[in-house]
Amino acid sequence: MTPPLEILILGWSLTLAQLLIGLAMSCAAYRILIGPRAQDRILGLDTFYVNAMLLLLTIGIRSGTTLYFEAALAIGLLGFSGTVALAKFLMRGEVIE
Amino acid sequence: MSNAPLLPLWAAILVGTLVVLGAAIALIGSIGLLRLNSFYARVHAPTLGATLGVGGILIGSMVCFSVLQSRPLIHEVLIALFVTITTPVTLMLLARASLHRDRVEGNPEVPQSDLASLERRDG
Amino acid sequence: MNRPSGLLRRVVPFPLLFLALLAMWLLLQQSLAPGHIVLGSLVALGATWVMTALDPQPARLKRPTAMLRLALRVLVDVFRSNLAVGTIILRGNRHSDHAGFMTVQLDLRNEYGLAVLAIILTCTPGTLWVNHDPTRGTLLLHVLDLVDEQSWIDLIKHRYERLLMEIFE
Repeated sequence: MTPPLEILILGWSLTLAQLLIGLAMSCAAYRILIGPRAQDRILGLDTFYVNAMLLLLTIGIRSGTTLYFEAALAIGLLGFSGTVALAKFLMRGEVIE
Repeated sequence: MSNAPLLPLWAAILVGTLVVLGAAIALIGSIGLLRLNSFYARVHAPTLGATLGVGGILIGSMVCFSVLQSRPLIHEVLIALFVTITTPVTLMLLARASLHRDRVEGNPEVPQSDLASLERRDG
Repeated sequence: MNRPSGLLRRVVPFPLLFLALLAMWLLLQQSLAPGHIVLGSLVALGATWVMTALDPQPARLKRPTAMLRLALRVLVDVFRSNLAVGTIILRGNRHSDHAGFMTVQLDLRNEYGLAVLAIILTCTPGTLWVNHDPTRGTLLLHVLDLVDEQSWIDLIKHRYERLLMEIFE
């Protein structure tokens, strides 16, 4: 039995969106790997975690629960503090002054 | 692949479009991260995903969950606020750190003084 | 500024911040159980005490209509510059040759106004706030599409700075 049209539309658009975000994450991952300088890698990391957050949001829409949104919020918080600490390290050579 | 919450047809189309658009914009931003050829040009790329990319997907999910009436929309609002405030902070810090490093190394691509462009304009 | 006095103000230095944090906590937990109220109050209280160590300048916001107009302008500009930067990226490398640094002389002095301007400029793709010199009031920007320097100066001075000065000064 095939599911109704509405579910098919939403399901396939979510799949397409997840594919696009997956591609975006691989672009960011490639930038992390090739650099060439430390700031490029950190920029890649910043993009990577924002994309990961978006991926979790699409999974959250699919599942219909709040669980994934809290996970997305946690990724946002940790990614932000991580990249800020790394940028600070680039500036001064130490994280906490 | 095709499991998703059951919405009315208009909502399914609207949510699907918003989510795909948001994801496409995030992808364009990440492609920019690969294609642009200097670090300072690349810093502009992730803001696409962090503004309209995040915006599209969050509005999609707000529409979805307000039609389903399963929970309040506080998470989306919080995430949107958080992303709008944090992304500029990271990018600014990163740009300043990079400028500092380039100046220390004497890289000719960056202005050694903040006033370079003013002096050029005023002659 | 009228420093808050009295016991309540000494225990809760930033009452609005306290209430906002408590409300956010309760909304995230989605319950009004007494346990959550107590725990949320403790967290909010801790955060407000930490805020006193930062000793922020008092901010006065004027003109809600100006704030609304600024918000609308920024929304429109985010869409426009997303489109512009998106086409630059998809069209290929040669356009990023136009990227470059530029300096703008700012009249805005208020710290909060400058912070909002920094968020606006960095959030709209295509412009990046790099460095601000508070003594001279100069701002170093990086622009992705630096063909006409004057048009960017006009954008910042007329579209954002004037409204921000109305709101914060």
